Amino acid sequence: MGKTLFEKIWDAHIVVEGQSGPSLIYIDRHLVHEVTSPQAFDGLRMNNRKVRRPDLTVATMDHNVPTTNRRLPILDQTSAIQIQTLAKNCKDFGIKLFDIASPNQGIVHVIGPQLGITLPGSTIVCGDSHTSTHGAFGALAFGIGTSEVEHVLASQTLWLEKPKPFEIRVEGKRKNPHAVTAKDIILSIIKNIGTGGGTGTVVEYRGEGITDLSMEQRMTICNMSIEAGARAGLIAPDEKTFDYLRGRKYTPKNYESLVDYWRETLKTDSDATFEKKYVLHIDNIAPQVSWGTNPGMTCDVTDSIPSPDDYSKGDQNQKKGAQKALEYMDLKPGTPITDIKVDRVFIGSCTNARLEDLIEASKVVKNRKVSPHVRAMVVPGSQMVKQQAEEMGLDKIFIDANFEWREAGCSMCLGMNPDILSPGERCASTSNRNFEGRQGTGGRTHLVSPVMAAAAAIEGHFVDVREMDLR
Amino acid sequence: MEPFKKIKTIVTPLDKVNVDTDQIVPKQFLKLIQKSGFGKFLFYNWRYDEDNHEKQDFVLNDKKYKNSKILVAGDNFGCGSSREHAVWALQDYGFSVVIAPSFADIFYSNCFKNGILPIVLDEKTVEKLQHMDDEIEIDLENQVIITPEEKIPFSIDAHRKNILLEGLDDIAQTLQFGDEISKFEKQSKIPSVL
Repeated sequence: MGKTLFEKIWDAHIVVEGQSGPSLIYIDRHLVHEVTSPQAFDGLRMNNRKVRRPDLTVATMDHNVPTTNRRLPILDQTSAIQIQTLAKNCKDFGIKLFDIASPNQGIVHVIGPQLGITLPGSTIVCGDSHTSTHGAFGALAFGIGTSEVEHVLASQTLWLEKPKPFEIRVEGKRKNPHAVTAKDIILSIIKNIGTGGGTGTVVEYRGEGITDLSMEQRMTICNMSIEAGARAGLIAPDEKTFDYLRGRKYTPKNYESLVDYWRETLKTDSDATFEKKYVLHIDNIAPQVSWGTNPGMTCDVTDSIPSPDDYSKGDQNQKKGAQKALEYMDLKPGTPITDIKVDRVFIGSCTNARLEDLIEASKVVKNRKVSPHVRAMVVPGSQMVKQQAEEMGLDKIFIDANFEWREAGCSMCLGMNPDILSPGERCASTSNRNFEGRQGTGGRTHLVSPVMAAAAAIEGHFVDVREMDLR
Repeated sequence: MEPFKKIKTIVTPLDKVNVDTDQIVPKQFLKLIQKSGFGKFLFYNWRYDEDNHEKQDFVLNDKKYKNSKILVAGDNFGCGSSREHAVWALQDYGFSVVIAPSFADIFYSNCFKNGILPIVLDEKTVEKLQHMDDEIEIDLENQVIITPEEKIPFSIDAHRKNILLEGLDDIAQTLQFGDEISKFEKQSKIPSVL
């Protein structure tokens, strides 16, 4: 019987095969950041262990770095200590670090692909759930906890239960691909299968709606696999994948021979079977806006806020969840999405802060001004994205429209640095989680695409970006 | 890690679905560089109001549950961020067992690294346990929950069960496979980063 792409990568990384329990799986790339690693390095020290493969390990600082002037000292002492601790750990254990002053610094899931560290067919882990992003390159990439970070540092392996393969087919063509984006595809999927719909699985995204996407858009899709509960999400590599990685700073020297091998091997066999399947038709999908406190609580921009009854379809627990969510979000059933005013707009995060995201958003913003009651900011995903955007003059477009233009980091996606919402503030955000308090205690998050966020900044409330003139 | 022993306490009912790790430990507490002391941040935004006063309507603030070591919650518990701080907080607060109809994958595996037993039971049984005032006993060795009325069996992977019962150091065990790992590395096609 044939195998799925995921099963092929899994099988190629088995060090010790478990008979009934977990198998020992080899890890090709370990990405490290400041928040989930200090206790892991401490564990190594306490047990006199070293990092087995520093040459497969790369670190950067992203979660709590300030996005203001990099030359100024970090005012938050606990953040400063965490950042210094990572620098010391990398020095002590011989790990390559892109620190806060590096032109290669950025959100770990943005810099991995940009630097050619992410490779097809590889296993990639990081102490961060959005590691699933790298699956866009046909890698098996997933988030791990700090104990597992320590385990990988010490052994370059992990004991893992084999997840089940889940096929999500995206069929059809979007009518207006500048207004209906990869973000709207993945939000539609999560809305339909639920935040636990992918639990215990590795999703393979397939179909015309996926192969049509650019690499940056594919990363947006795979990035949010975890919001559907999936362990990982991946997409079979094609020529777009191989072109994207060619000639990058850390692309391997024998790249072309690797590509020949990947072209032959990294695809799901025609007779392979998936444990679970879901199909999304995208010909008529609308821009999506989340209204609640998990990413599954999402609707079309043309819809109104659903009632807890309509949302829960008879499930009492889901109904209670929706009631609590509406209370927290201060929204009433029946309110049209386009009537919802926003106070803040955040364009950033590992989901949507790549160059293409900024280019698309800038088309909405160009020659317009941010609504006077809105505070809007752009936080590029990496210093490289920032530099490329500036070379194209995008910074000027955003600044002229009264957006703040920041240095790279995770920023307001999780609000570990000073970029946070105040209690009660409502934000159109291109990030990935609308959990209670995620962007700041009491803050209210609506997940949208970069063009939808830009449009909300200009109009001061949500609008259907398909109706805007984007010439 | 301490070996997992039998536990007998009342349960703390947390009547919520999709409890994410941002709720279990809000981000402002992720900046510490040690593992200890996270219990005071557990469910922080649900436990305390803006002036840091205890919210009376939140279950953890009910003195009745002070000595409970068993948390019983709704579907998809521990979803979202991979932060192990969530498990450190539950453990430091005093919980040794979390029961729910389902768990998010990363949270589930983080539990076993820290001596916490996550138990998956069907929704009806979970609901029944949430309304139980008597003490219940968790017997991992025999994979059974003993209530005054019945014995509820639960399943768990044998390897993980063993890790908890023996309190094993995962890494020391893995390093015994050093030869296998080296052998794998010799034939690996994926080159070094640098």
